[in-house]
Amino acid sequence: MNAPAYNFAYLNEQTKRMIRRAILKAIAIPGYQAPFASREMPMPYGWGTGGVQVTASVLTPEDTLKVIDQGADDTTNAVSIRKFFVKTAGVATTEKTEEASVIQTRHRIPETPLTEDQILVFQVPIPEPLRFLEPRETETRTMHALEEYGVMHVKLYEDIAQYGEIATTYAYPARVAERYVFDPSPIPKFDNPKLDGCPALQLFGAGREKRIYAVPPYTRVKSLDFEDHPFEVQRWDQSCALCGTRESFLDEIVMDDHGTRMFVCSDTDFCAKTRGER
Amino acid sequence: MSPLLAVDNLSKLYGARVGCREVSFALWPGEVLAIAGESGSGKTTLLRCLSGHVPASSGKVHYTLRDGRSVALDEMSEAERRLLMRTDWGFVHQDARDGLRMGVSAGANVGERMMAVGERHYGRIRATATDWLKRVEIAEDRIDDSPWSYSGGMRQRLQIARNLVTSPRLVFMDEPTGGLDVSVQARLLDLIRGLVKRLDLAAIVVTHDLAVARLLSSRMMVMQQGQVIEEGLTDQILEDPQAPYTQLLVSSVLQV
Amino acid sequence: MSTVLKIENLSKSFLLHQQAGARIQVFEGLTAEVKAGEAVAVTGPSGRGKSSLLKLVYGVYRASAGSIRVLSDGAWTDVVTAPPRGVIGLRRDVIGYVTQFLRVIPRVPAEMVVAEPMIDRGIAPEQALARARMLLERLNIPKRLWHLSPMTFSGGEQQRVNIARGFAAHFPILLLDEPTASLDEDNRNRVLELVAGAREEGSAILAVFHDEQERRRACSRSIALG
Repeated sequence: MNAPAYNFAYLNEQTKRMIRRAILKAIAIPGYQAPFASREMPMPYGWGTGGVQVTASVLTPEDTLKVIDQGADDTTNAVSIRKFFVKTAGVATTEKTEEASVIQTRHRIPETPLTEDQILVFQVPIPEPLRFLEPRETETRTMHALEEYGVMHVKLYEDIAQYGEIATTYAYPARVAERYVFDPSPIPKFDNPKLDGCPALQLFGAGREKRIYAVPPYTRVKSLDFEDHPFEVQRWDQSCALCGTRESFLDEIVMDDHGTRMFVCSDTDFCAKTRGER
Repeated sequence: MSPLLAVDNLSKLYGARVGCREVSFALWPGEVLAIAGESGSGKTTLLRCLSGHVPASSGKVHYTLRDGRSVALDEMSEAERRLLMRTDWGFVHQDARDGLRMGVSAGANVGERMMAVGERHYGRIRATATDWLKRVEIAEDRIDDSPWSYSGGMRQRLQIARNLVTSPRLVFMDEPTGGLDVSVQARLLDLIRGLVKRLDLAAIVVTHDLAVARLLSSRMMVMQQGQVIEEGLTDQILEDPQAPYTQLLVSSVLQV
Repeated sequence: MSTVLKIENLSKSFLLHQQAGARIQVFEGLTAEVKAGEAVAVTGPSGRGKSSLLKLVYGVYRASAGSIRVLSDGAWTDVVTAPPRGVIGLRRDVIGYVTQFLRVIPRVPAEMVVAEPMIDRGIAPEQALARARMLLERLNIPKRLWHLSPMTFSGGEQQRVNIARGFAAHFPILLLDEPTASLDEDNRNRVLELVAGAREEGSAILAVFHDEQERRRACSRSIALG
């Protein structure tokens, strides 16, 4: 399958070295957005070009790759990226979280706890958490440098003032290792606690914005909140209609034109495992 | 007691063009100094140098911190200077849109400085913001409205509340009533005068309007072509102006 | 009683740059003293600088030459050479100035206008307001007006508010510029009583009175200009 026209995992070795240097820098300064010379990839921006470049740079021929999109292994984005690496790197793939050594994800962290032997690669659309209130890049960099993060709470304040609670439900900002405030990519805030003290290495790639950042294993990640409005994750009254679990993040699926709906696990692998179907 | 702000031979040159030249003065706690002069006289440039927005070409500005230490602005780190600017200092822009965060509510505008210095209790932030809106005569039920829905006068009052919430000791004002209707101006001036007096604020007010200087300030400097040509007590300058330009300026005011 | 105000060799002229550099000499080489408890009238024909002299002492006008020394906290301060801050301090603690014209500040109630100089000197607001009300009452300002801004008051009422403000703070030196002008007889008498009271309390007074009878009633001697 491996077309000889490609170098292993598509990128040439110099590019991978450049990206690895950015990754090392990102790991050395947890939460810091390290710039890198993002390449044109054979897919459009917004389809995970940042994540794909990070994955390509950390992948070895011995790795087993899992790709998920919104928790599912069988969605278009996940299937395309998995095929891309099968074609260009010839690595083994899996849908089982515990069998994967590298997991590229869009918008979720798997429900199955990760281990020290795994790398989780996030696809990031907008890496700058301060962008909402400050459009100038020079200014946001200074704000990070000087730890001027008061403005992040302005956003949360607005939520409570408008909705009576912190209504931000995804891309929920957090502070890494008590230093940099970062955007954990558009994962639901349900997943934020999984970032904290995670044994796996977590890498974040933003292709269009040309930034890589990282949460090294066992790093403290604290979601921002107010003393009188502490951080909380989503809860559901329902359990998964397929596997019956109450512990996972649920997707709401509308079944027909009469508004019948069903709640199922967003993590398809976790759901299958709970059902004992694999 | 030492002066709050001591300015020594401050100049700002833009190439060969003079922004302001060899300005020296001392401002004491609780004093309000007006800087008057027509457009292009260098008063706004001077204000921007004093407030650390642009670096001076030469000269020194010393500021006395709350703990009594005197610091030279150009020797402070950027972190220290920015902290000073959002705690101990305020800056009221002529155009409120430059001084407000127009994308968030009035309450968030007032609360931002509190959050910037580490306040993490929503209830307290909300209560303080409400209190400050009242003090600048903005109805409590407008707290969650966007500043876009405010009138010019309200925006200016909101900007003042946003600045004063951290109890600064020094406030810079650049034509604070410029561009407002006369009736709105009077109310705003009156409010500023009351707040300055009650909070014992020191202020430097740049204005081309001598009535603003008369109402707000106890001392005045008159600038022309980048230089201070006359300074003294405000009533002294207005009633017994010495320099030809000051006499012209004072005599040009229409008597109503 | 001791001298608290010493004017020496004082000259004042105005140089009018806008009028082809015309120079107007107001007076030259004026020397005078005022003691505590004494009221001295400034006399002379109109245009000879009676009001200007008071403004020079208050620091509103700048002297062309000479000195105006004021006893403050046991030391002499020259108004002519004092820095702005020094003059502001003298105006707060030592020198009071009463004219016929009140500079009205919108939205500040009459009783606060009167109490303000006392509060500025550190007197408790309640105490200052109590004295302010007492003076407003003595000067026949109706009680219903005390809470209103003098903005809408008649000229005579504004004048009396200003007089109350001047006498409220017990200044060691008081400058009075025609305080009784355009007041009715009853109110004129009230003002003259206040002047006498201030003298008894040891204030040194330098005053311009238009009416000769009032001048003689209020002052013990005079300085003639022109």
